[in-house]
Amino acid sequence: MKKYIIGIMLLGVLVVYSLGIRHQQPKITPPTSLAANNTPSSTTSSSGTPPPTNSSSTGATSSTSQNSGGSYKDGSYTGSVGDAYYGNVQVRATISGGKITDVTFLQYPNTHSTSVYINQQAMPYLQQEAIKAQSANVNIISGATYTSQAFIQSLSSALSQA
Amino acid sequence: MGMPITVEIVDNNDTRLLADTFKFFQEVDNRYSTYKTNSEITHINNGLPKSKWSAEMRQVLRLCDATKQQTDGYFDIEHEGKIDPSGLVKGWAIWEAAKRLRKRDSRNFYIEAGGDIQTYGNNAERQPWTVGIRNPFNRDEIIKVLHIKNKGVATSGTYIRGQHIYSPHQPNTSLTDVQSLTVVGQNIYEADRFATAAFAMGKDGIHFVERTEGLEGYMVDNKGTATLTTGFGEYVYA
Repeated sequence: MKKYIIGIMLLGVLVVYSLGIRHQQPKITPPTSLAANNTPSSTTSSSGTPPPTNSSSTGATSSTSQNSGGSYKDGSYTGSVGDAYYGNVQVRATISGGKITDVTFLQYPNTHSTSVYINQQAMPYLQQEAIKAQSANVNIISGATYTSQAFIQSLSSALSQA
Repeated sequence: MGMPITVEIVDNNDTRLLADTFKFFQEVDNRYSTYKTNSEITHINNGLPKSKWSAEMRQVLRLCDATKQQTDGYFDIEHEGKIDPSGLVKGWAIWEAAKRLRKRDSRNFYIEAGGDIQTYGNNAERQPWTVGIRNPFNRDEIIKVLHIKNKGVATSGTYIRGQHIYSPHQPNTSLTDVQSLTVVGQNIYEADRFATAAFAMGKDGIHFVERTEGLEGYMVDNKGTATLTTGFGEYVYA
């Protein structure tokens, strides 16, 4: 019986909450989808969205300039930094006339470094070390000769025409 | 080929073995040197019909084609309508010379041509042959000592500074990022051709060596950092 009551209470809270959210979000495109269109990261929507849909998010700062008739307060809002696995995401949303007029990415996972990261993940880990002079007491020495230099020069000139 | 060639045979005093080996290298040079006006390769580049190419030349050029296929086009002997198989011929010639010595009952020897090496058996102290990798920043220094038995070692590199060469497949990677790439292979033919191709791949070359069966590699980048393939340590003596 106790569980039943708690269940109903929870349901009630959810209904009230969802009504509240709907009331807060008229007409305009939800910023979540806007952000999702702009980054490959799902984390963006939770931490990088403009404050109105996420007003309780900690670390968000805002500077409000004026209050208009829209549901959002005019001004620009900086979201908190979100970890998008391949890098951080942080956006600044600008509200004008109660609508989102701009979303600027202050931080985002650089697509180049992301692909580099993936590339390196796909390759096996290879040991590295600083080179250090050893005893020169060896039978034979292996080193580059002019052959490879010529090869490089050839490649270079070939590519200069490509 | 215009390069120093060293042959040391520890278990056979027959000097004809040495003489014949050098004679073979001379023949190879006469046939494949693009610097010689009378070499077969020069005649081919001047339009000698295919029907007149030697069987050996055809075989070497087939090997070049196969290597191009195996290296995603990085190994390419064609340039401005001329062909120059020297990137493969050196390793191939050392390997051929080594096989001839083996047929004549040499078991402990090495052949080195221009820094590329094939060893067999042990040295005069009955220890594995020691091969030093030259410091690409200082020709007088050895930065790694290897024990090489019955295998080939080849190093590709460039000592020319200030170049800006880019791989066609990776425009963001300058080839000068890599100072030298040493490859140990089942024989010097394998080591040499793949060292040449992998060097052209820039920093990805060491990964090509890693995933190619039978090869291990040691890459030195322009910051003096060496990258070793997983099995390279097996050859390291010091």
